[in-house]
Amino acid sequence: MANDPISQFQIQKIFPIEVGGMDFSFTNSSLFMVLTVAATSAFLLFSTSGRGLVPSRVQSVSEMMYEFIAGTLRDATGTDGMRFFPLVFSLFMFVLVANLFGMFPYFFTVTSHIIVTFALAMLVILTVIIYGFMRNGMSFLKLFVPSGVPGALIPLVTMIEVISFLSRPISLSVRLFANMLAGHITLKVFSGFVVSLGAMGAVGIAGAVLPLAMTVALTALEFLVAFLQAYVFAVLTCMYLNDALHPSH
Amino acid sequence: MAGDTTTESQTAIVDTAAEHGVGFPPFDATTFASQLLWLAITFGIFYWIMKNVAMPRIAGILEDRKDRIAGDLSEANRLKDETDAAIAAYEQALAEARNKAHSIAHDTRAKLKAEQEARREKAETELNEKLQAAEAQIAGIKTDALSQIGDIAGETTSALVEQLIGKAPTKTDLTKALKSAMD
Repeated sequence: MANDPISQFQIQKIFPIEVGGMDFSFTNSSLFMVLTVAATSAFLLFSTSGRGLVPSRVQSVSEMMYEFIAGTLRDATGTDGMRFFPLVFSLFMFVLVANLFGMFPYFFTVTSHIIVTFALAMLVILTVIIYGFMRNGMSFLKLFVPSGVPGALIPLVTMIEVISFLSRPISLSVRLFANMLAGHITLKVFSGFVVSLGAMGAVGIAGAVLPLAMTVALTALEFLVAFLQAYVFAVLTCMYLNDALHPSH
Repeated sequence: MAGDTTTESQTAIVDTAAEHGVGFPPFDATTFASQLLWLAITFGIFYWIMKNVAMPRIAGILEDRKDRIAGDLSEANRLKDETDAAIAAYEQALAEARNKAHSIAHDTRAKLKAEQEARREKAETELNEKLQAAEAQIAGIKTDALSQIGDIAGETTSALVEQLIGKAPTKTDLTKALKSAMD
């Protein structure tokens, strides 16, 4: 691995599986997806196993997560959006824990791969499109024609709306992917400086203090980003779901 | 040393690129199928667990707590109402007792005053009667005395006249003389 900031994103096969010429190997990425799911489920289930009327500390963490996402979703979509609560909650918890797992040294960051974040974004967008048509029929297309726009501008505005709708899965996935990737590269580069400078003797060690301080600060920032990006993902999911529920805006 | 590290890392990058053909792992399309499959499996299981186990449980806990708090609050409200009613009843009883005490005191005072007044009046009446009786008696005595004055004066006059002229005057003369003298 050494100081190469990219190698941390390397996918390594653990159990090679190949079906019909396609590579479905169980990789380090798969391992961390499993760990993310297992750890999150275990935490949520064990923390609430007491079903305490007065919650223990871990139980109140689970309750806080639950009420936080419930409040976000209800604010964005109203009560009829609560049917998507399991989806939004699962997305938020999965992204959050995957991001936080990435903060452990030598752990693989599942969300630093565009295909994973894109798949999650497509899950959201497809849910919006399918549910939008199921619920509203063709009037779902009103989403692209905002009311109160002068007739001459309608083609232009509609085009802009369609483009913005189509760019949603891209922006949703790239935002998360790029944040995690850039953060981890930056961390790796600065901590690499510490090692390189430290190897240069007394002057180098003195000089290494700066990148070390930077690494510490960046680590704190990355924890914030890990939470924030999961939250942003959940909030945008809520807003897009709101379009499926109430297309005429 | 620094040179070594740089060379090493450069070698690592070159190695990576050589191994996979693509320099940047997130854009290595050969890993997409595996990632998508395992994401679908893990996220599917995760979604199922959340939807069917974890979230209903948390929802149940929160629901129970909400019900319990609502129940406790209404119980507290009921008890508070009861307390308020008891306080109101107590205050009413207190006010009634105070009024009663007032009226008793007032009645007693009025009764005593009336009794005293009656006694005083009776005493005054008695005194007046006695006074009148005494005045009447005095007037009687005075009248008696006055009436007797005539007799005494007559007797005295007749005695004096007898002494002076040796013969007692007649009753008629005496009376006439006395009358003119006394008038």
